Amino acid sequence: MSQTTDKPTLGAHAESSNRVQQPVLNRMLARPEIGALVAAIVIGIFFLIVAPAFRSGDSLFTVLYQSSTIGIVAVGVGMLMIGGEFDLSAGVIVTSAGLFNAMLSYQLGLNLWVGAVTSLLFALFIGFLNGYLVMKTGIASFLITLGTFFVLQGVNLGVTKLVTGSVSTPNINQMDGYGALHAIFASNFDLGSVSVQITVLWWLLFVAISTWVLTRTRIGNWIFAVGGNAASARAVGVPVLKVKVGLFMTVSFLGWFMGMHTLYNFNTLQAGNGVGNEFLYIIAAVVGGTMLTGGYGNAIGVAIGSFIFGMTNLCIVYAGWDPNWFRAFLGVMLLLAVLVNLYVKKLSTSRKVG
Amino acid sequence: MTDTIAEHADQELSKGQTLVEMTDVGKSYGAIRALKGINLTVRAGEVTGVLGDNGAGKSTLIKIISGLHPHNEGSLKVDGKEVHFSSPREALDHGIATVYQDLAVVSLMEVWRNFFLGSEMVSGKLPLASLKIKDMKRIADEELRKMGIVVKDIDQPIGELSGGQRQCVAIARAVYFGARVLILDEPTAALGVKQSGVVLKYTAAARDAGLGVVFITHNPHHAHLVADHFVILKLGQAVLDKRRDEVSLDELTRQMAGGDELTELSHELKRS
Repeated sequence: MSQTTDKPTLGAHAESSNRVQQPVLNRMLARPEIGALVAAIVIGIFFLIVAPAFRSGDSLFTVLYQSSTIGIVAVGVGMLMIGGEFDLSAGVIVTSAGLFNAMLSYQLGLNLWVGAVTSLLFALFIGFLNGYLVMKTGIASFLITLGTFFVLQGVNLGVTKLVTGSVSTPNINQMDGYGALHAIFASNFDLGSVSVQITVLWWLLFVAISTWVLTRTRIGNWIFAVGGNAASARAVGVPVLKVKVGLFMTVSFLGWFMGMHTLYNFNTLQAGNGVGNEFLYIIAAVVGGTMLTGGYGNAIGVAIGSFIFGMTNLCIVYAGWDPNWFRAFLGVMLLLAVLVNLYVKKLSTSRKVG
Repeated sequence: MTDTIAEHADQELSKGQTLVEMTDVGKSYGAIRALKGINLTVRAGEVTGVLGDNGAGKSTLIKIISGLHPHNEGSLKVDGKEVHFSSPREALDHGIATVYQDLAVVSLMEVWRNFFLGSEMVSGKLPLASLKIKDMKRIADEELRKMGIVVKDIDQPIGELSGGQRQCVAIARAVYFGARVLILDEPTAALGVKQSGVVLKYTAAARDAGLGVVFITHNPHHAHLVADHFVILKLGQAVLDKRRDEVSLDELTRQMAGGDELTELSHELKRS
């Protein structure tokens, strides 16, 4: 054993017969986003047939805008779910962040930038609190963030009523800093004959960053590891606490971003908004192939999940149907996605000979 | 494979140098005392065999050295300095790598990602610097081949491998990253005869490269093949602590099997 010529040859004889490439089809099917992509194409063709109004470039970009309003936060929620946790407060934090900015700036007469930055710090703090509580208490994130969800929901309404006397914030479009903030978060531009909302670009950028982080960086490796098996990850030196807290803060950062869009797009906010959206983010992530138990998924899948959401949401209207059916449709999509995920998990954890 | 160990071993190790020294170490979980009064020295170029039945405290012992659970009695010294590890990262930074019996791998992740988990190769210092994926795949594949494990596809999730193969990946990883001390927790328990042989050869090679090795097992035959020093634990305490030349395989086996208790049992079971 102390000489290089003395290497063990055990098993080496089997090398030539064992070393085979998996069939292309199997490799394709093993990717998390494939199920969602097939679903998106089928649903797309279906609506192109039944909803003539969908067949224009304008509608496509409207659909993309609609998708981005869910998709931006879903990027974070998807990463968090790959890391093995949930955030039910992701829907209301969007509204909290917007309200915080609007009321702080309006009541104290501050520049909107000051309000926006303070609101960002507030959102990051909520994300930190979620993550820290989950990690330090060992209580499931579902319960911790359910708590945060109710607290924020109540605070949103209570504080808004206390400060403004109603459940909506005053119009902020005459205040200092509005122009630049509106341009960043809620402007649109013309691309040929169609108008494109800037959030579509932000969405694509966040998806690209998320894809990079998840597949090409050390942090991405750690995210999969803490979601797949936190104890093993810790044993090989992965900083589990930092990774998970970072993920919760990423979600609240993206929630803040969406809150800024909502505020600077409509100039005024209803304090009760955002409730229920947390489930849309989770559905987008799950439909996109993210596993509820963590450790599996990718950003492009989540983006496709969001796109399916945006497409059905609008195309049901384009097709002239009763929009109330939309939620029933989402429910069916979710169930189908869970079934596909279960099948994939079986494929990837069952032992193959070799 | 000896090359790998020799390349990655700390060059300043000299045979016989004390790497880890535990004095009167104890650990209790709430009201339960898992370990008491343990003295253990890990020296460079030596294999310490820790034996014991289920529940004897073997796993607790290595979890203390590897930083998973801090000890709450006695002192643990690494390279002569008192330490109190609060995470496995700290132990790894001291060159102590561990193969855990129950915490080996993340089954949904690819083989090469598992191999490098926690010690990834990156191309820069920024947090989002890209991984050196090609190099990592190549090295993982090479290291596994040296152990006689040929995976179908280095990109396949590690959950697709057999239990023994997964264990070998974990061992190959520890050998690759453990520069000073290598801790093996029941490395042969899940393996077949041939793969056990490979693991024992690895253990010997690590010893020859100057590493301090802690080999935990409940198989006295495996321990006797490689260890220079034996410690037998029973109910959290050391009942035997002898050098190789002071103890025979028979005595080890007898102690492991319960010693006097076994003699008693054989009397009871004796057919009249």
